[in-house]
Amino acid sequence: MSDVVNANRSLLVVGGGMSGLSAALEAAEAGYQVYIVEKEPYLGGRVARMNKYFPKLCPPSCGLEINFRRIKNNPLVRFFTMAEVTRIKGTPGDLDVTIKIRPRYVNEKCTGCGLCAEAAETEIPNPFDYGLSTVKAAYLPHEFAFPMRYVIAPEVIGTEEAQKIQAACPYGAVELDMAEKAFDLKVGAVVWATGWKPYDAEKIGYYGFGKHQNVVTNVIFERLASVNGPTAGVIQRPSDGQPVKNVAFIQCAGSRDENHLPYCSGVCCLASLKQATYLLDQDPDARATIFYIDIRALGKYEDFFAKVQADERVRLVKAKAGEITEDPQTGQVTVQAEDQTTGAILKEAFDLVVLATGMVPSTAEDKVPADVAYDDNGFLMNGSAGAVIPAGCVRRPVDVATSVQDATAAALKAIQATVRR
Amino acid sequence: MEKKIGAYICTGCGIGDALDVAALTKVATGEYKVPVCREHAFLCSEEGRALIRADVENEGVNALVIAACSPRVMVDAFDFGADKAVERVNLREQVVWSHPAGDEDTQMMAEDYLRMSLTKAKDMEPPVPFEGENLSKRILVVGGGLTGLTAAREAAAAGYEVVLVEKSDQLGGYARNVVKLPPMAPPYEEPQVFDLEGLIGEVTGSDKITVYTGSRIEKISGAPCMFDVSIQQNGSQAAERVGAIVLATGAVPYDASKLEHLGFGKHPDVITADQLEAMFKAGEVKRPSNGQPVNGVAFILCAGSRDPEHLPYCSAACCVESLKQAKYFKDANPETPVYIFYKDLRAHGNYEFLYKQLQKDGVFFVRGTVTGVDDDGAGALAVSAEDVLTRSPILSESVDLVVLATGMVSTASLGKPYKAQQPKEGEEELEVPADTILASNLLNLEYRQGPEIPALKYGFPDSHFICFPYESRRTGIYPAGTVRAPMDYSRAMDDAAGAALKAIQCVEMTAQGKAVHPRAGDLSYPEFFMQRCTQCKRCTEECPFGAINEDEKANPLPNPTRCRRCGVCMGACPERIISFKNYSVGIIGNMIKNIEVPEEDEEKPRILVLACENDAYPALDMVGIRRAQYNPWVRVIPVRCLGSMNLVWIADALSKGIDGILLLGCKHGDDYQCHFIKGSELANIRMSKIKETLDRLVLESDRVRFEQLSITDYGKLPEILDGFASDLEDLGPNPYKDF
Repeated sequence: MSDVVNANRSLLVVGGGMSGLSAALEAAEAGYQVYIVEKEPYLGGRVARMNKYFPKLCPPSCGLEINFRRIKNNPLVRFFTMAEVTRIKGTPGDLDVTIKIRPRYVNEKCTGCGLCAEAAETEIPNPFDYGLSTVKAAYLPHEFAFPMRYVIAPEVIGTEEAQKIQAACPYGAVELDMAEKAFDLKVGAVVWATGWKPYDAEKIGYYGFGKHQNVVTNVIFERLASVNGPTAGVIQRPSDGQPVKNVAFIQCAGSRDENHLPYCSGVCCLASLKQATYLLDQDPDARATIFYIDIRALGKYEDFFAKVQADERVRLVKAKAGEITEDPQTGQVTVQAEDQTTGAILKEAFDLVVLATGMVPSTAEDKVPADVAYDDNGFLMNGSAGAVIPAGCVRRPVDVATSVQDATAAALKAIQATVRR
Repeated sequence: MEKKIGAYICTGCGIGDALDVAALTKVATGEYKVPVCREHAFLCSEEGRALIRADVENEGVNALVIAACSPRVMVDAFDFGADKAVERVNLREQVVWSHPAGDEDTQMMAEDYLRMSLTKAKDMEPPVPFEGENLSKRILVVGGGLTGLTAAREAAAAGYEVVLVEKSDQLGGYARNVVKLPPMAPPYEEPQVFDLEGLIGEVTGSDKITVYTGSRIEKISGAPCMFDVSIQQNGSQAAERVGAIVLATGAVPYDASKLEHLGFGKHPDVITADQLEAMFKAGEVKRPSNGQPVNGVAFILCAGSRDPEHLPYCSAACCVESLKQAKYFKDANPETPVYIFYKDLRAHGNYEFLYKQLQKDGVFFVRGTVTGVDDDGAGALAVSAEDVLTRSPILSESVDLVVLATGMVSTASLGKPYKAQQPKEGEEELEVPADTILASNLLNLEYRQGPEIPALKYGFPDSHFICFPYESRRTGIYPAGTVRAPMDYSRAMDDAAGAALKAIQCVEMTAQGKAVHPRAGDLSYPEFFMQRCTQCKRCTEECPFGAINEDEKANPLPNPTRCRRCGVCMGACPERIISFKNYSVGIIGNMIKNIEVPEEDEEKPRILVLACENDAYPALDMVGIRRAQYNPWVRVIPVRCLGSMNLVWIADALSKGIDGILLLGCKHGDDYQCHFIKGSELANIRMSKIKETLDRLVLESDRVRFEQLSITDYGKLPEILDGFASDLEDLGPNPYKDF
């Protein structure tokens, strides 16, 4: 508005996932210059690796495509991938930030043609698939990747192969001597939207994740069900590629547990209900068992819960699952649990067990380089930082729709920080 | 300004190896007499762009046809200013990456795409933004409760003027009655004090906020940036012009008189959660029956919620609200027995800490369905319950007070379905899936389709989109808080701020003549050639956003600032009078007519694919990116939304001799994925109508096919396209081919 006099109407959004993209775009479409800083080589964050959203069972790429188009069409949005913020100094409305960019070894001349990948021989664990598959050392992170630009893995830098990769590019896009660089920006406010990480399931020793091949986490299961995942969307047992006929979901794997995450992660109930449909939609003879404490399907999500619950192939068992053991011969995994309704001790074998691991805010480990406050579990506190406004899962564990809502609110708070002065 | 087309063919990324580029150039310069046509081996490079820029500057080229990669990529690289129309020919992803190199059919495909784009470039004009009159950037907030107050404060803090309308004489809404809120800050174990008076003071004290209490909205006419609001305040009238609206009228508790099975209305000591909150607020918590202190209380959760007989949904806040109220009792007297009967205890996120604290405080949590609340014969109430799953009786406890955690009912759902104008006798019945509009007396919009925001399931005027939770079906009107979905206080306050930003964004975009989401920034808008209008009302009925009003003679009255630029009206119009400068029935029709259709004996059928540009078109790109192959007879035209498909295109294609038409649209139905709500559904309805016509013309209706496709269904595309091609071969050539 005209009565606002401020030189610095620009915002920095840290994190290019659903929360960050939303905060950035909502602010940019209100007329503010926005910079997005994303650690990965592509925008989209964690949702890009998911198969479908609950409760509509629609693909995340659909909404991402719209958001990417909003970026492409809006000159007020600039973004940096493979980038991190290393310093934030100043007062709300007048901040100096330093951004560090890791080398991609591919510059903006890249057309996405893929000749570099053809020249590459080394295969590296595919980070997009959490290492469940491999990818050439010159790779496009995934087919919807935005920007559509290849990455050269640092593993081959300095080798003869790297020279070959460079020679294969007719456009001069491969730059093997690219180095890490840093630069400064002046912005009015920062939205911190670095999202979440799955709780490290290996810490729940009795579930045997990392030991038993057929015990996976919910984020891995998303990849197993995705058409662009390691099995092209066909759900198979990791141990032997056999079809999964009988799956168990263990809720609150780490969440609502004083020894792990004392809070409820808010989304895992619905995620498991959704994931049960992945398998049941693929195989009419498959069955799913969900071990839960409470099914927290809030609001209209109740409809989705009711729909899945009504499927006779789905069984809900109110029980906190105990130990999981593996039959080394067959790969079958056995879940032990006490049914809280009947008091019976259950011991049942499954083809696959999915641990509904909870959300850990990224800020539990990767702190904001500014004077900000966190709660005991590393969630970034609202309003604590003045110029650093948390959005989405760094603030509290929430689903996608709530993250977007939260990010929109955070964008307004950031705008206020720039107009207040 | 005279149009001068420049065509630029990139030979990089395999295009030059797979195609006869000289022949392509000949199409441009020979067939289409394009004055400037150049090839470049790396068109998106600085050098390639300099080549184009030089032609713009020196040759006066102002319409650019870029035959290179997909329009999804290199958008920046090929942007030469808003006044330079750019048309992209997708030779890379959809020709050479998905078809064999050096093949005759691949070459024909590329040449057709070039023809189609050259035709489009010739026909289209750069959009001229719509300029409204007397534009307002003020924000109207309807409802002065927690959400409305927050929205008003937040919008004002960003520098915008706000008009706040509250129906009761005091601000504060439901929150006036509330003692404390559930915890929002660590350690999340205690209810927290909330300074409602402070918030009210900020709002009433702000020189940016005009407050109307004891008021209701009598009428809202107009459109974003030009809404005229009539406010009725205690008998007097006021008028305000505003730019956008936040609807924050909240929810009401479910009518407990319907919960007789839980003892309400039968026993005075059975009360609702809001009644209990009022008792605490007044500092007098007593048994209504006898005024005696409460020495034992039971909370019954999901009283009316999660119940197909009452509210099928979960009201989202009542579990935590009951935990909070249980804490009031335990804080007052740790010895008071407190029972909570629940199905699932939904203390999500950090509310888990409050739940844990109450477990430590000794609250009895009973998982069961309450089957009866009865006199225990000793002056108290006996609550009996059975197990949720096994239905075996699990408990019967005597208490002094029973609190029903009644759910929330959106104020937007409180109204009878509004009946849109019925077609007059003799008029054709439109089989359009009409939105449910409930006359809830909140906004009283002067909109042809009805006076309120269309209601989604259970009457909530919510967004259907997970990724875009503020997408209501009325442009510039953003519901926030419990009116749009069940939610707790903390989320309602966030929602208020988010909706305030959406309102701000809407006025800023609209003031520049730009569309809001999902075609954010689009400067084009539909123009109506009224001389040929037959008053058929299809456009006014079918617009998913209710953008078009009607005069008494049923002439459409467009409101460009309500428009989302999907083109559904353009697809609906049988007279083809609705056009955008750069997107019209004529432009697409001419593209179709410029497809070269080989003669019958060449045995090269042609398939027109009209593909939703948001989902199906990117999916087609993915086929190329994965280097999968599909039938080379297809010619794809991206459309803004499949709902913009005009049936004349199908007629054009068939009379041209094209053998089949495939419509690729988004999923419709309950979990629709169409970004324009019902575009693909409308296209499907229209297609079913043309099938009857085709049958009459003895032209097999199987020549037109509709497929629902999501963006990740690219793996199925080759099969869909090849399958359709093979079915068409079985049908034989289009009999109109050689006419």
